Amino acid sequence: MKENDLRFARLLVLVNPAVPAVLLAWDAWRHQLGANPVNFALLTTGMMALICLLLTLLVTPLRKLSGWNWIIFSRRTFGLYAFFYALAHFLIFFTLDRSFSVSGTLSEMVKRKYLIVGSVGLLVMAPLAITSTNAMIKRLGGKRWRALHRLAYVAGIAGVVHYYMQTKADTRLPLIFGAVLLLLLGYRVVVSLRQPKTAPAAPARA
Amino acid sequence: MAASVAATGLLYRRLNHVGAGAVKTAPLTGLKASSTDASSGFHVTDPATSLQDITHYNNFYEFSTDKEGVADAAAHFDTSGWTVTVGGLVKNPRVFTQAELLQLSPPEERIYRMRCVEGWSMVIPWAGYSLSKLLDVVQPQPEAKYVAFETLLDSKRMPGQRGEVLDWPYIEGLRLDEAMHPLTLLASGLYGRALPPQDGAPLRLVVPWKYGFKGIKSIVKINLVADQPRTTWSAAAPREYGFYANVNPQVDHPRWSQATEQRIGESGRRPTLPFNGYADQVASLYQGMDLRLNF
Repeated sequence: MKENDLRFARLLVLVNPAVPAVLLAWDAWRHQLGANPVNFALLTTGMMALICLLLTLLVTPLRKLSGWNWIIFSRRTFGLYAFFYALAHFLIFFTLDRSFSVSGTLSEMVKRKYLIVGSVGLLVMAPLAITSTNAMIKRLGGKRWRALHRLAYVAGIAGVVHYYMQTKADTRLPLIFGAVLLLLLGYRVVVSLRQPKTAPAAPARA
Repeated sequence: MAASVAATGLLYRRLNHVGAGAVKTAPLTGLKASSTDASSGFHVTDPATSLQDITHYNNFYEFSTDKEGVADAAAHFDTSGWTVTVGGLVKNPRVFTQAELLQLSPPEERIYRMRCVEGWSMVIPWAGYSLSKLLDVVQPQPEAKYVAFETLLDSKRMPGQRGEVLDWPYIEGLRLDEAMHPLTLLASGLYGRALPPQDGAPLRLVVPWKYGFKGIKSIVKINLVADQPRTTWSAAAPREYGFYANVNPQVDHPRWSQATEQRIGESGRRPTLPFNGYADQVASLYQGMDLRLNF
């Protein structure tokens, strides 16, 4: 991998996940979000959070299976995008749908369990975003950092279940997301079962 | 780089329908303004939702499960030669052509609130006449207690029926007294023009005090029956959708808040009214019934 190619790849991964956010903001500015703008913004940000989360979870299996070690750089970028899209998703709900009402948001959560599931997904991503810097990895130490960042699996499950639960009848898309997630998590289960438990220095898992 | 940015842009669905969605159906002739007497409920005073939003944001699973995709998917729906078979427990069973139904009674403009079970709402200027006018012609027998309606079953013309998201054909029903209520509308028009395909051409039901899914579209069959019909959504998810489906802010839904609604075209949510604001006209139909059980 040449230095220039790596720089280009970094740029792709940095720029692309932002494109839907930019288009969303542009369309919102021009009042072009359709009949139900709040719903459209919720759907877009939620979908992007899930896509970025699945991309995050894809990096390690793809790296191991292909031997492209250099793609590891993209994991943090995708993970942070997943967190910020999920945060935007929640903030749109809180401000535009619930009109900044804390009690309105909480009472809605109590009644609709998929909101609790979604909130779990967002909450577990917060410490991951905070500890995503190189300095934090050093401070926590590789082993503890990796253990903490397995919460990404919880976020993935919570995200897909949240999406499935709020779907009215056409479950095709949430089921596709679920199948991809199952594949990505299943890979990790298989790898960890195959590993001898007594191995002195376990290779990086995430 | 540019190609990958463009590809990610494609993930994001641009709507930008404005201007492209002009409704091309024929204007209705002889449209009457109906009683503006507020007590009838025929004309609500809230501002009407734009034709663009009414025709580009609605549920019609026979064409698409995407509310913003129905208009395109239904654009070429051909309703020529349409007939409606009215039968069951009636004295005069009959097959009506579309023209016969239109001539049965002059169309009236009715401006109704529409509240979707999903928590959004509109104000829609329909055109049509009370369903009771049609029922008076066929004359229900004394044993008839319910009216069952059926949508066209034809997966060639309704591509959504190729999937199994619902049990086709779509079936809806009303108790006979609900069906005879003057507010219950057999609609053939919208904004003074013939009903566009995406909104249920050529003929649909509108029951303004009930959630929108009761308003069955593209009707081909109306049967008077003795027993409560098995209606599509209540069969698909009995805990979520009842037979009555009266708009009720007190009865919650597991997926959506029924206490408030997003009126399309407004910012922020507004409170949902019991019977969608038609309590004065229809509450008496349900006297003595527990509306929490019969949701």
